[in-house]
Amino acid sequence: MTGTALELAASIREGRATARQVLEEHLALIATRDGELHAFNEVMAETARAAADRVDAAVGQGQDPGPLAGVPVALKDNLCTRGVPTTCSSKILAGWRPPYDATVVTRLAAAGALVVGKTNLDEFAMGSSTENSAFGPTRNPHDPSRVPGGSSGGSAAAVAAGFAPLALGSDTGGSIRQPAALCGVVGVKPTYGAVSRYGLIAFASSLDQIGPIATSVDDAALLLEVIGGHDPLDSTSLDQPPPDLRTQLDRGVVGLKVGLVTELTGEGIAPDVAERTRQAAAALEAAGATVREVSVPSVTYGLSAYYLIAPAEASSNLARYDGVRYGLRAPGAEDITEMYGATRAAGFGPEVKRRIMLGTYALSAGYYDAYYGKAQKVRTLIVRDFAAAYDQVDVLLSPTAPTVAFELGAKTADPMSMYMNDVCTIPSNLAGHPAISVPFGTGSGGLPVGVQIMAPALAEATMFRAAAVVEAAARDLAPAVEVA
Amino acid sequence: MALPEGWEVVCGLEVHCELGTRTKLFCSCPNEFGSEPNTNVCPVCLGLPGSLPVLNGQAVELAMRIGAALSCEVKPSIFARKNYFYPDMPKDYQVSQYDQPINVDGFLDLPDGSRVGIERAHMEEDTGKSSHAGGTGRISDSTHSLVDYNRAGVPLVEIVSRPDIGSAEQARAYAAELRSILVATGASDGKMEEGSMRVDANVSVRRTGEPLGTRCEIKNLNSLRSLVRGIEYEASRQVELLEAGNRVRQETRHWDEGAGRTRTGRVKEEADDYRYFPEPDLVPLQPNEGWVAAVRAALPVLPAQRRAALAAAVGLEPSTELVVTAVERGLDDFVRDALAAGAEARTALNRAVNDLPAGATVAVKPFAALVGLEVGGALTATQAKKVLEVLVERGGDADPAALAAELGFEALSADALAGIVDEVVAAHPTDWASYVGGNDKVAGMFVGKVMKATRGKADGKAVTALLQQRRGAAAG
Repeated sequence: MTGTALELAASIREGRATARQVLEEHLALIATRDGELHAFNEVMAETARAAADRVDAAVGQGQDPGPLAGVPVALKDNLCTRGVPTTCSSKILAGWRPPYDATVVTRLAAAGALVVGKTNLDEFAMGSSTENSAFGPTRNPHDPSRVPGGSSGGSAAAVAAGFAPLALGSDTGGSIRQPAALCGVVGVKPTYGAVSRYGLIAFASSLDQIGPIATSVDDAALLLEVIGGHDPLDSTSLDQPPPDLRTQLDRGVVGLKVGLVTELTGEGIAPDVAERTRQAAAALEAAGATVREVSVPSVTYGLSAYYLIAPAEASSNLARYDGVRYGLRAPGAEDITEMYGATRAAGFGPEVKRRIMLGTYALSAGYYDAYYGKAQKVRTLIVRDFAAAYDQVDVLLSPTAPTVAFELGAKTADPMSMYMNDVCTIPSNLAGHPAISVPFGTGSGGLPVGVQIMAPALAEATMFRAAAVVEAAARDLAPAVEVA
Repeated sequence: MALPEGWEVVCGLEVHCELGTRTKLFCSCPNEFGSEPNTNVCPVCLGLPGSLPVLNGQAVELAMRIGAALSCEVKPSIFARKNYFYPDMPKDYQVSQYDQPINVDGFLDLPDGSRVGIERAHMEEDTGKSSHAGGTGRISDSTHSLVDYNRAGVPLVEIVSRPDIGSAEQARAYAAELRSILVATGASDGKMEEGSMRVDANVSVRRTGEPLGTRCEIKNLNSLRSLVRGIEYEASRQVELLEAGNRVRQETRHWDEGAGRTRTGRVKEEADDYRYFPEPDLVPLQPNEGWVAAVRAALPVLPAQRRAALAAAVGLEPSTELVVTAVERGLDDFVRDALAAGAEARTALNRAVNDLPAGATVAVKPFAALVGLEVGGALTATQAKKVLEVLVERGGDADPAALAAELGFEALSADALAGIVDEVVAAHPTDWASYVGGNDKVAGMFVGKVMKATRGKADGKAVTALLQQRRGAAAG
């Protein structure tokens, strides 16, 4: 049987289905269709079967295996899994098997979830189409000639294709929300520090957050409740209990103040996406919210600031892939410096190299103040502008991505046009705020459109309430908005 | 080794000390010296992908103790990444502190009364250790290198002095004083030979009164002796260069203890650029005022205060060598206890510093009693030292008078001694006449005869005094 995570867990906990049956059906679907989509780098059939049998045994003995009992979950392949290759879709991590599990993996297991596999991504999460994978691109289940978005494209495609009802991604500048939008599923970037990063292979440490991808807002909330809350292994983890989201999901939005972000609804946004965003605003208003336009001026500088801060941190985070201790080591070098150079030249793809060079430059003596320092000031301005906006409204609304899914190869030759994909999502990362992408009908070519709801730090419960209303309204939408 | 007239050396020291914490700076691996290679390691200190640092509170406490002991301002601080590639550094960056260190602006007062400013004392993680195999141990002729990451992530405090040091001897005194402070505060064991205290010296020379010259950083100074020799050599080298009309090139130089000289290290074609930026995996370190105050309040009595207290008790200057040594060896409390038990100050200090073997324990009461026997004339200095030796052998708590008797050192009364002196004088009339006539050369013969007659129990000075007294009477 397939269904939402909540439905599956309920069936398994109540003995109406076994975890093993549920798993086998999902594995069969993967076997049938993942050859075409390439959502997975590695399918963990045997460990998942063993986990499923443990869940079934627990149910048989009258124990409760947890809220995600027997639910298949796909993991982005930058989350460490003990003994299982964790590649970041990079050649440089060839052969490396982490000796430990990421905190989120431990929490999934404790909740009874079954990890079915590791999903494809843009190398080291750098990209917006999952085309920057050393193992080949992932394709969009709605149209395999198109990208699934990225960098968590494998996770979004896996959920959209029904390979697993839930997946985890990581979001540094939109890497959960943008692929969720392009694949027609729900994607959440939690408040920075709400989910432990321990075991997430870093891209840009001050921006990275792990978050859920699901077929429904309710499932996404459940998954966030399972993985959220303080972790002593992550110093940036907030001293907060796991969030309480689902008890408040159906409270509606009567009286809620919603701001439509001026700077993120005009230029650069495709007409079909802009139209769906206006319809989502109208739906919220119809449900009792008040909607107004709100300006967050500095978000227009978000992309520029992001492309200094994220590469700067990445240039340092990715230094350790040097061939000395693990992963790839290029043969034939005469000395250590040559070995470093040859290993990194062979191990990293072009986008990763581009960002390491950008970041190294931005941190260099003499340039630091003009680039990294300036970008941090922009970041402060964005936080300030968001704070001013949240003085007026409770949540903000915008498109998630400027367009629906594009053709494979359409933007690979032009990095700037690829970077523009994240213009709406980056500001939340810079501010450390939560944001969610909810599917809201289809646009050009019948492809999914996502709308983004942003909220202040730790206001996930309010954000999810609004998301639930948008999700409900989407069910009544006309099938497609054709481009004017 | 003195510099030529008109030149002076200017020196600043950078001292790295390993903190004596139970575990490493950012993980729970043991902080231990001498374990099998790569046994005290985990995903965090190996910098494995996905691992994250968690700051060790004990390390912060010890770093603040060092700052407090050096009269620094203890401040909110942030960690930064220092980026450079090196195989013994697992992440290819070192987590350190850069523009906002935990301790700033302190000073250290040396026994000679001089004061050396402390610029900063910041926290950072240690690196692993490389060894080069298949050759003589140098990297140049090795076939491969091995890395031990046990030391990677061990907490360090780097203490940076101001360029206030004006001689190799002052540098030695600074390093020695710093070491005793590290030990006294429990921050570090200060063992230079195990590398838990590592000293680099920035050395420059200038003609007296002129601005600072170009400096060289001297590394590989593995003992206080090397520190002194290294600075002296380097200062002379620089003076020779300058006097010959050449320039000093700013560089890192390595001290070669065997050859007794410094050598140019790796010559870098470009300036170092460590691309420091705030470590995003750690939050700012903001110890609350209560914690800082508690650390200051709990500081032990530091060496300078102990020297002052001992000096006052024995009536000497704090810079007196006996006082400095007594404090360095931790004998000051013992001496002051002996004084309280009635011992005479100078004799007690002398016997404790010069005649107590390192590590020996003696109870205060018998020690004070022994000093009393010596001062009262019941034992000669030589006898008192012998009794102390036996006292230590017997575990340090025995009656010194009984030990003296056992050794045959029964008290020789002044009357008895005078009688023996008179007997010896009477037995050697010719020599006596010569002595009375002014020939001092025979005095030694008389002292020797008296010593023989008393089987060494007599105090040589007392015998000499008696002889002079009798000569005066005879001549009178």
